[in-house]
Amino acid sequence: MTTIQTKSKADQTDPVAHLSAAQVEELGRELDAIRQSVLDTRGERDAAYIRKVIKAQRGLELGSRAVLLASIFPPAWFVGTTGLAVAKIIENMEIGHNVMHGQWDWMRDPKIHSTTWEWDNASPAEQWKHSHNELHHTYTNVIGKDNDLGYGIMRVDEEQRWHPMYLAQPLWNFINACFFEYGIAAYDLELGKNLSSKKRRRSPQFKAAAKVTLKKIRNQMTKDYVVHPLVSGPSALTTLSANFTANLIRNLWTHSVIMCGHFPEGVETFEKKSIDGETRGEWYLRQMLGSANISGSKAMHFMTGNLSHQVEHHLFPDLPSNRYAEIAPQVQDLFRRYGLNYHSAPLPVQVASAWHKVIRLSLPNGASKAPLATVTALTTKQGRRELRRRPAA
Amino acid sequence: MSSAALPHRGARLRDRLTRVAEAATTPLLPADYLDMFAPLRSGADLRGRIEEIHPETADAATIVIRPGADWAGHVPGQYLRIGIDVDGVRLWRAYSLTHGPRADGRISVTVKAVPDGKVSNHLVHQARPGTLVHLEQAAGEFVLPPEGGKFLFVTAGSGITPVIGMLRNLFPATDEGVVRLPRSEAFDVTVLHVAPSAPDSIFATNLRELAEAGVIDLVARYDDEHGVLDLADLESLVPDVGARATYACGPAGLLDALAVHHDERGLALFVEQFRTGTRVVAEGGTLTCSKSGIDSIEADGATPLLDVAEEAGVLMPSGCRMGVCFGCVLPLREGSVRDLRNGEITSAEPGDNVIVQTCINAAAGPVDLVV
Repeated sequence: MTTIQTKSKADQTDPVAHLSAAQVEELGRELDAIRQSVLDTRGERDAAYIRKVIKAQRGLELGSRAVLLASIFPPAWFVGTTGLAVAKIIENMEIGHNVMHGQWDWMRDPKIHSTTWEWDNASPAEQWKHSHNELHHTYTNVIGKDNDLGYGIMRVDEEQRWHPMYLAQPLWNFINACFFEYGIAAYDLELGKNLSSKKRRRSPQFKAAAKVTLKKIRNQMTKDYVVHPLVSGPSALTTLSANFTANLIRNLWTHSVIMCGHFPEGVETFEKKSIDGETRGEWYLRQMLGSANISGSKAMHFMTGNLSHQVEHHLFPDLPSNRYAEIAPQVQDLFRRYGLNYHSAPLPVQVASAWHKVIRLSLPNGASKAPLATVTALTTKQGRRELRRRPAA
Repeated sequence: MSSAALPHRGARLRDRLTRVAEAATTPLLPADYLDMFAPLRSGADLRGRIEEIHPETADAATIVIRPGADWAGHVPGQYLRIGIDVDGVRLWRAYSLTHGPRADGRISVTVKAVPDGKVSNHLVHQARPGTLVHLEQAAGEFVLPPEGGKFLFVTAGSGITPVIGMLRNLFPATDEGVVRLPRSEAFDVTVLHVAPSAPDSIFATNLRELAEAGVIDLVARYDDEHGVLDLADLESLVPDVGARATYACGPAGLLDALAVHHDERGLALFVEQFRTGTRVVAEGGTLTCSKSGIDSIEADGATPLLDVAEEAGVLMPSGCRMGVCFGCVLPLREGSVRDLRNGEITSAEPGDNVIVQTCINAAAGPVDLVV
């Protein structure tokens, strides 16, 4: 559990009450300077890094699939499945997610570019870029604007009205974790909203998008569940189960990592009206308050696609991911100097914290004893803009 | 079944195998995996590998490249565009091919490092054999008619490079000296070469060798020795200029003056001009979106191109409008833009394949967007 929640339990302290408008803008300038320091040194070393990762990932995937040709033998199944799961995780996280963010567009390599990359996932890149890069990264943690808050199927904030349906949300969350890539595809299609009325169902825009998604899913399934098993001959069934298992592992892992980014207890959420006329400094501040990091080894950061540096990623979504670890100490120092809470904890702690919230909020407010406060407005008070929190209803 | 159906069946089988391979590698293509092992194979994007780098002078070098299997060859005088990663960024430049088609199938370009020239300095001073580069097929109309004739080449500085390509093809040099080929007998060539000073002139040795062998007439003019060339003297330097077709390659000033000179006298002139590499960067400029029918509308230096275009009624892709989401990116066909967040300038020439975020970039001179 994070410090900020303990504090808010006691006295509902506003985490930014001590900052003046001028300080918030100064914070923004300091963050701009950190960003610029990376841009100034971005070059050959970074390009070599992403090329090496892509090459290694493709080699690992090719090798794993080759081993799975003999998946009828259990050691081959085990090695191939592990390799394929790792390859898919790297492809989705350190490569796909980051390339689609435009982190590598500066290289002007049309093959490693946000406009051309397609990832090994059910959701088409085009739709993912819209819902993730545009909506989630711009409106991070703004209730009603950022659908990543509960993906439209869960209640993850006290401000969301409780409904008996939410009693089952721990189960939804688990099922969503197992089939996360399809969850993302449905989410990127805004399936819940678009299936809700005949008019929306029949809109040409939705129909076109759904067609693209179905084609992508068909291609993905044909690859993993038809072509590669058939090529495996006598190992067909075991290759099929290996591919299914690799996808399952990838889904569970990516879901866990992504839950850690914004769901852990103590991460702030914001009301729609709080971002009216938001300045650059305030935008940065919202990203700082609304994200949580995962601490761990280099390998751990790599396997999360450096989303373990969620705070740094949300501040600078277009900086190359290999640089987040380098700037993390500077960002952390900034949090300390401005008296803000840098959320960071090992993976099991953050996953447990996020699950705790999902379970707690499956019940109505008050049923559990720790209602969280929500930041409600950026208002001018005593001549300065501040983030004001309101106790949950 | 007729025998004519057999190749057809072969093609169908190949198509089917291709489809299976594509289904096995989606969302990537089989080529993405093949590129890991055989980037120069037939069917791949056209690439080349630098095999040798020969220094020519202190600031010029000849780069010998093994082109990919799909290289279609070239005619002397043509140029090619090379894309090379300089400090991680793919940059494209055009260089004259300095050899005629070579027996070993390789191609070569001679590059002079110009001040502030990112690519030329990289190629001359930093590039190493083994580097993979990206290529386009040879292009350019600056080529000689195969039937021969009387020619005057006017070259200045590195403008000598396409001409050297033509001359080497006509008069190959071997250890035994310059070879006279029967096919070259119909070519009567005079070269007027202009350079700041004698040793600074790349390929000067080649030219002298050709002149000493008597296959060309060389008129060398060095600024420090003869003074800056005045075209009024052309008739005295090359008395039969009126009987020759002129091929000129060099800086814009010289080419413009030659155009005026030849125009007045009704003489044939073929020119090749490489861009100087300096693009004037301004505060604000104009915006052209030719696909949307927008031509050179005013774009000030403080308004994002996205806003300027939308204001003019262009249907623009957009997203966060704060530089975060990359939902608004468009190819910059030509021009310079300034990042409003940190003042960084991004420039593009046609074919550079530069993609810019329109929501945080403003015009820094005339801008041409592909939309």
